[in-house]
Amino acid sequence: MERLLQQIINGISLGSIYALIALGYTMVYGIIKLINFAHSDIYMLGAFIGYFSMTTLKLGFIPSLLLSMVFCTIIGVVIEKVAYKPLRHATRIAVLITAIGVSLFLEYTTMAIAGANVRSYPPLTGILTKSFMLGNINISMLQILILGITIILMILLQFIVKKTRIGKAMRAVSLDSDAAELMGINVNTTISFTFALGSALAGAAGIMVGIYYNSINPLMGMLPGIKAFIAAVFGGIGIIPGAMIGGYFIGIVEVLVSGYSNSLYRDGVVFAILILVLIIKPTGLLGKNSREKV
Amino acid sequence: MLEIKNLNVHFGVIHALKGISLTVNKGEIVTLIGANGAGKTTTLRTISGLKKPTDGSIILEGKDITNTSAQERVMMGISQAPEGRRVFSAMTVLENLELGAYLRRDKNEIARDLETVYHHFPILADRRKQIAGTLSGGEQQMLAIGRALMSRPRILLLDEPSMGLAPLFVQEIFNIIRDINKAGTTILLVEQNASMALQIANRAYVMETGSIVLSGTGSELMQSEDIKKAYLGG
Ligand SMILES: Nc1ncnc2c1ncn2[C@@H]1O[C@H](COP(=O)(O)OP(=O)(O)OP(=O)(O)O)[C@@H](O)[C@H]1O
Ligand SMILES: [Mg+2]
Repeated sequence: MERLLQQIINGISLGSIYALIALGYTMVYGIIKLINFAHSDIYMLGAFIGYFSMTTLKLGFIPSLLLSMVFCTIIGVVIEKVAYKPLRHATRIAVLITAIGVSLFLEYTTMAIAGANVRSYPPLTGILTKSFMLGNINISMLQILILGITIILMILLQFIVKKTRIGKAMRAVSLDSDAAELMGINVNTTISFTFALGSALAGAAGIMVGIYYNSINPLMGMLPGIKAFIAAVFGGIGIIPGAMIGGYFIGIVEVLVSGYSNSLYRDGVVFAILILVLIIKPTGLLGKNSREKV
Repeated sequence: MLEIKNLNVHFGVIHALKGISLTVNKGEIVTLIGANGAGKTTTLRTISGLKKPTDGSIILEGKDITNTSAQERVMMGISQAPEGRRVFSAMTVLENLELGAYLRRDKNEIARDLETVYHHFPILADRRKQIAGTLSGGEQQMLAIGRALMSRPRILLLDEPSMGLAPLFVQEIFNIIRDINKAGTTILLVEQNASMALQIANRAYVMETGSIVLSGTGSELMQSEDIKKAYLGG
């Protein structure tokens, strides 16, 4: 039992990372029906910016987190403007292939600039190195920090999407972009903003993975990217709370599988989940099989 | 108020509008009727700026707006309740109406216009918290018109507001359209239901495969033998 709880605690940290990445996939899919393959590389860039901020610039964790988020926001918006916006009326497959191209471009540009080797984040200092026991379960301050930041970001995101003008515009465009345009909503601005939000969250996930798992490299986005995407599909692609639930679910399952059986199985199990979801409920956990009234 | 001159629209090789011209004067109800595929929806979408014309111009109160964005046109007073209602299905009735006022900042005036919409459509006031996708077809049509009114338009474009509605509901919608017009909003009404449309319209245009083939006052067209044969069932 204690072992199970311990695994779940560890799974929550990983789940936070997946959830933050999954949100970007799901929001972008919701608004332009694109699986943004380059999203996982934004997360990778977030990890690298955090690394340079904490080593070269010698900034603390929180300033580095903010720097990562701002940098990723800018990159996300620029990618949308340069690569996807000209293809707004192109076929979906053309945009998808472009996204794969952008992904490779980001990976190999990073490799050219920073080198292909694995880098280690600087060791943590102060309170972040501490952990405490709750009964027989070990909880580290780092895990609390990751969960805390994730929760704050999710609350902020919910506030933006539900309460602000631009958030309402986002929901309107994702429901019906022509109708949104008839309301006077600027669809392009709204799409840019969606990329900005998703990329900022991916940036936060990147730096948190850096401090949690320590090692980063230019191809680090691939596998977590696919898993976060599966998390988004699991929760119901295009649905924000679905991505949050899916992220935690996949994170916890993965840690449990590596804890109780061979850790080689953990990726396989996650892909098996994807296949099961696609067979049993392709719209995901929170997706409705609804048809619009005509 | 609104003048369209020699408007041409293409979808790839399809020539959907072949140089149409029409005028809507301030305070009028003008109706545009015609068979399926004539180009009525395309005309309204082009006026709203959702589709760019290949040639021709759109003039609002003397100003050429052909090259303005959809957003600017809403700001200048053009609003549309599109074909098929297109309400934001996962949002509440109230959220839909608020989105109609998206470009406005005058909170008090928005609240007043909300009351006006509720006055025209009392059912929307009762259902303000209901998810729009769960409204009946007729209620969704009311919401689509109410939402279009929330931008406080000078000219309201309505695309087949009677589509799919029971006869009693159709009568009610047409009464409300007349009320909205009496309250000062100019209306360009696209309809399949020609007899109802001609009854409330000051003037009418008839479209056939991308061209305007006939125009006149509502009562003139109602007397026309061609119209009777083609659209009024005898
Ligand atoms: N997005 C599009 N792509 C290609 N062709 C289109 C598109 N939209 C409209 N058309 C074509 O333009 C022509 C006019 O269509 P439109 O929808 O304007 O007709 P309509 O008069 O509104 O018909 P209805 O009464 O059935 O609504 C049709 O031949 C239609 O097939
Ligand atoms: Mg039509």
